[in-house]
Amino acid sequence: MESKAAATTATEAQKYVWEGAIPLQIHLHHSEVTTLPPPPPALILAPRLGYLPLLVPQIKPFFSSTLPPGVDTVWFEYKGLPLKWYIPTGVLYDLLCAEPERPWNLTVHFRGYPGNILTPCEGEDSIKWSFINSLKEAAYIINGNCKSVMNMSQSDQSELWQSVLNGNLETYLWVSSKLKLGLGGDDFSIKLNSSSLKSRQSANEADASGPIKAGRIPVRLYVRSTNEDFDDVEDVPLVDSWDKVSYINRPVEIHDNGKAFTLGDAVKSLLPELFPNKSLPSDNMCLPEGEDGERSALEDTSNTGSARSPEETGETLREHLESCSLSDTAEVKLIRIQGIEPKPEIPFAWVVNNLMNPEHYIHISVHVRVQEPITE
Amino acid sequence: MTTSSKNQRKIYKSSWDGTLSRDEFQVAATSFAERWNKFNSALPQFSWVARPNPPYLPPTSQAEGYLAVENVIMSRTDEESCGGGDYEEGKEVTSCSDEDGFVDIATLAQNHDHASHHYDFHVVYSTSYRVPVLYFRAYHSDGQVLILDDVEKSIPVNSAKLLMESKWTFITQEDHPYLNRPWYTLHPCGTSEWMKLLFNNELGVAEGGVVVAKYLVSWFSVVGQVFGLKIPFGMLVSFGEL
Repeated sequence: MESKAAATTATEAQKYVWEGAIPLQIHLHHSEVTTLPPPPPALILAPRLGYLPLLVPQIKPFFSSTLPPGVDTVWFEYKGLPLKWYIPTGVLYDLLCAEPERPWNLTVHFRGYPGNILTPCEGEDSIKWSFINSLKEAAYIINGNCKSVMNMSQSDQSELWQSVLNGNLETYLWVSSKLKLGLGGDDFSIKLNSSSLKSRQSANEADASGPIKAGRIPVRLYVRSTNEDFDDVEDVPLVDSWDKVSYINRPVEIHDNGKAFTLGDAVKSLLPELFPNKSLPSDNMCLPEGEDGERSALEDTSNTGSARSPEETGETLREHLESCSLSDTAEVKLIRIQGIEPKPEIPFAWVVNNLMNPEHYIHISVHVRVQEPITE
Repeated sequence: MTTSSKNQRKIYKSSWDGTLSRDEFQVAATSFAERWNKFNSALPQFSWVARPNPPYLPPTSQAEGYLAVENVIMSRTDEESCGGGDYEEGKEVTSCSDEDGFVDIATLAQNHDHASHHYDFHVVYSTSYRVPVLYFRAYHSDGQVLILDDVEKSIPVNSAKLLMESKWTFITQEDHPYLNRPWYTLHPCGTSEWMKLLFNNELGVAEGGVVVAKYLVSWFSVVGQVFGLKIPFGMLVSFGEL
């Protein structure tokens, strides 16, 4: 199937994803400040693919001298919402900051763990096992069993985890290729070693609408909904409770019917109720600026990802205009993956191969606008 | 909801991998609840809970949801045997449970009120693993939540031993898929394998097919053992009467 070289060579988009980081400004919660003046906030660059508790060793020195006595049970909060530690940092950011906030202001607590809201976290071990469990689940979805993950040698498992911790994409690709979780079907990713980007890109345009391999793709979908319409992401209300986020952990099933399968099709298959007879928005979605170092990733990926012929674009656009009707009760306003907002027409296989997290899941944040029913 | 034709739905063995579709899960769940409620009439009843509708959806069908039984009162017994869980024992328990209506350790702990624990069990379908997954939470009589250590102490000795040996793959704490709060769960990655074995070896497949309605009964006969909960024999044989 896939040659070893292909499986272990990073695509350009993958590289951007792995280098992606979010500047954090972390404040100690005022209830835990025992000294005057209060400590200044900690400024830290957090890898998108990482997890917040992994930053604790870096953050602790900023605040250790002011903490009240007690045992550390660290948790993070964004404007009153305790953050789920097992969700990758980049996903939390995409989901909770409709308008990208830079730096992202978070509050850290070293005491008073909200055990009724958050699952306990015993440091790196908990995160590693949560990661491995997700990887197992992904393997099961893709192969129908998790043997390749269960049978991993201790040294491979440790090397894989270290590569995620250290953001080492080359090592990650090499170790994870042994898991045989390749999804295949993506003929349009641009490899870093391709000599001419431009010519490859045009050659790839034909492939982008071609058939892809049937199978199940691990997806975690996070849906936020608001009642009000918003033209500007600044106006999206805050999430103050996890009850306001619908979390859908369900594989996307691709059937080999010879048709191109797009990101839009994938979202539609997970939220069929939202698409009785309409398609996704595309050109009314605005691109965010992306955080530092991600701007170019954003532009590159949206270009390569939506490689289509102009004729197709025109046709899809017309379809949208016909089918997007304001009288519908709900409407998808925004789809965000790895800090970018790919167009729904982008081939899903491209998304899978380039934008997935190292545990082989695609994390998709979706904003939905719901109209208040006029009569009930 | 459940019709007899649905109850008789079969999965054919040759190609069966031990998993269920979401629709089949619902059929199996309904059938399980009916039988459980009939044969364990003195215990808390199982019921189907429709997924709370997310705000972006109109109030719709009950297609998605989970099976729940709440406030099952358990106290730890010191009998080693209760964790054994072989079918012979199950029969014995059943024959007397017809009298008092309780399976062995799930008795009302009148003598040890302070030691009794209350369990809520939810059976949720996992689309990833295509099998049922048990979620549970436990609390003391005063409503205080049990931590994992307490849970380990309150479940039968054999299960506790297993728990110690394999802390991470056995019971973990995860967010309940519908309730968004931490619950305990039994990890489902081996479920399809042992379900396949169970149907092949123990229950026999007379007509060459697996009756979907029977799936959850067999499944619960295994996972229930962790908590010392037994399936009454009457429930197992009730399929022959249909």
